[in-house]
Amino acid sequence: MIDQFVIPLLKIVVVLNATLLGVTYMVLLERKVIAWAQSRLGPMRVGPYGILQPIADAVKLVIKEDITPVRADKWVFTAAPIISMVPALIVYAVIPFGPTIHLFGRPVSLYIADVNVGLLYIVSVASVGVYGIILAGYASNSKYPLLASLRASAQLISYEVAVTLTLVSVILMARSLSMVSIVNAQYNAGVWFAFVQPVAFVIFFIGGLAETNRAPFDLPEAEQELTGGFHTEYSGMRFALFFLAEYANMIVVSSVATTLFFGGWLRPFPNVAALHVLDVIPSWMWFLIKSFVFLYIFIWVRATLPRYRYDQLMRIGWKLLIPLAIANLVVTGIVKVLIA
Amino acid sequence: METPAVHHGAMFDTNELVINMGPQHPSTHGVLRVVLRLDGEKVVDADVVIGYLHRGIEKLSENRNWTQIILLTDRMDYVAAATNNVGYCETVEKLMSIEVPRRARYVRTILCELQRIASHCLWVGTHAMDIGAMTVFLYAFRERELILDLFEEFCGARLTYNSMRIGGLPLDIPPGWDKKVLEFCMIMGSKVDEYEELLTHNRIWLERTKGIGIISGPDAVALGLSGPPLRGSGVPRDIRKDEPYAAYDEMAFDVPVGSAGDTYDRYLVRMEEFRQSLRIIRQATEGIPEGPIVGKVPRLIKPPAGETYHAIESPKGELGYFIVSDGKSTNPYRFRVRPPSFCNLQGLRALIRGHLVADVVALIGSLDVVLGEVDR
Repeated sequence: MIDQFVIPLLKIVVVLNATLLGVTYMVLLERKVIAWAQSRLGPMRVGPYGILQPIADAVKLVIKEDITPVRADKWVFTAAPIISMVPALIVYAVIPFGPTIHLFGRPVSLYIADVNVGLLYIVSVASVGVYGIILAGYASNSKYPLLASLRASAQLISYEVAVTLTLVSVILMARSLSMVSIVNAQYNAGVWFAFVQPVAFVIFFIGGLAETNRAPFDLPEAEQELTGGFHTEYSGMRFALFFLAEYANMIVVSSVATTLFFGGWLRPFPNVAALHVLDVIPSWMWFLIKSFVFLYIFIWVRATLPRYRYDQLMRIGWKLLIPLAIANLVVTGIVKVLIA
Repeated sequence: METPAVHHGAMFDTNELVINMGPQHPSTHGVLRVVLRLDGEKVVDADVVIGYLHRGIEKLSENRNWTQIILLTDRMDYVAAATNNVGYCETVEKLMSIEVPRRARYVRTILCELQRIASHCLWVGTHAMDIGAMTVFLYAFRERELILDLFEEFCGARLTYNSMRIGGLPLDIPPGWDKKVLEFCMIMGSKVDEYEELLTHNRIWLERTKGIGIISGPDAVALGLSGPPLRGSGVPRDIRKDEPYAAYDEMAFDVPVGSAGDTYDRYLVRMEEFRQSLRIIRQATEGIPEGPIVGKVPRLIKPPAGETYHAIESPKGELGYFIVSDGKSTNPYRFRVRPPSFCNLQGLRALIRGHLVADVVALIGSLDVVLGEVDR
């Protein structure tokens, strides 16, 4: 009873809340890091060093007027932010934050579910989020959002191909689709897959930037061109849902990158007994630290780089990343067969 | 409004999408309005609509006396107010044949070049921001602030300076000001390198600006472009060199020109102008002569009957004043400005045709227009 219902429910509550809190604090982190990059202070007013800023933001967004344009398609307009937020959250079901540990004399696994098709689940659920963006652009009945949502869907679909192909190379290495098994495979191999599959990792990361609509691929919401992109007509909490979905997706991409390429919850050199001293940091901490590094890079890239143009973005996706990903996959396969 | 259908074969009818960019749009730099006709993301044609910031400065000036007009000229190109002041005062001085003391001419040169750097700071920041590099924006504004501090110390104002008088300067430079200017030159030199580090060899920046909005030298001349957009197309026209005013005839500097005439060349030209301006400021500050700051100016300014045109090189291009005096009244009979932004904006339609929506903002940025000056 407890193992079947109570613990999973508790884990869901913890993960969901931690994610939402993490997402709101990602916004603050982004504002702070970009501010430091630009020799500013960032938010400083709400709480010491602005640490309560996300709460103020949330309160503001909740009490703001929620406008639905008169000519918008009401049902779709309402559904779109939900469609983009929900997949971003339920992906966390299969992300392993740590191994099975013993808590109060009871084995507790630090993941909600270990599905044997975990990676497939992530890819398929995450791609549902695209519909939110397409529908938002369509339902707004406005030109700028429409253009942006067309951009977004083209971008997300084409980068999805490249990203998924790199995932296949990892699956070949790990011989499993389960996230937990992939981490264990890295433990057994004694090396993080990023060092075995550097090309796949780079493609995955670039594709990840594009899939989360982050700079330099943030075309769908290029405020300088499209005045805000697909969420131009949204206000209040509905706008916030799109915003949160973007940040939740960033965390997903960082977590997946950590799990697939950087050994998930494993400490550096997990097989070297001499480094046991590193075990003072618990496994889930290692996972968070690694993910945090990726999130930081996301922000860092945004502060540094200009934005690609739409056609250039498509060219990089189709002419560079996808052929590279296929080549990488073929080479991985051949090497695998030869070794075996 | 019905839009004409563009036919791609017999199967599909596709309509052009008419999109209204501005006057309230984050990157039309004020209140420029561009009506774009799009085929997908490609701009088929564009109408540039101006006039949202028209305040009738030319007509107003005909009802103000000659000294009061100086402060109206501040409000034209409000990011380069001192340059406007200098242009106007020199035109009136030309009309009245007033000799300006050498010290005043040196200070004018320093102020003009500081203003050019401030204006280019604003340009590099917003231009990079339009293309998505937002950090440069804040870096450039940080340095612009230093210039505003220098101006504040000189004349008390930070944006609309009213910093010139007919015949010279309102005030002498404060003690120690020249040292601060030299200090600023030291800082600014390394900061320009910093902007260039972020942009000049950045692959994304190159892809976004190279080959975008190419305009040949003869075309640029035919469209009446001036300033960096003209020099970016390889025409070495710089009024500071060709028809020197203030103290430019005593300064050594180079006029950078581009070759391809694209957005990247216009960018490089302005980046080099940063350095040349610093060179001029250093020379002028180190060589400020002693002497009076105002020439022999009658108490009541009433130029003789006649007309004159005088142009200076503002940060954006040729800023010309055409003034007619009837010789009887204390206000101009006709006051006409040839604003560089207005003339450069004529090139926009030709530049953006055939490019993508994303390039439109890059091109508006690369022409560096200030709507206050376009509409007046």
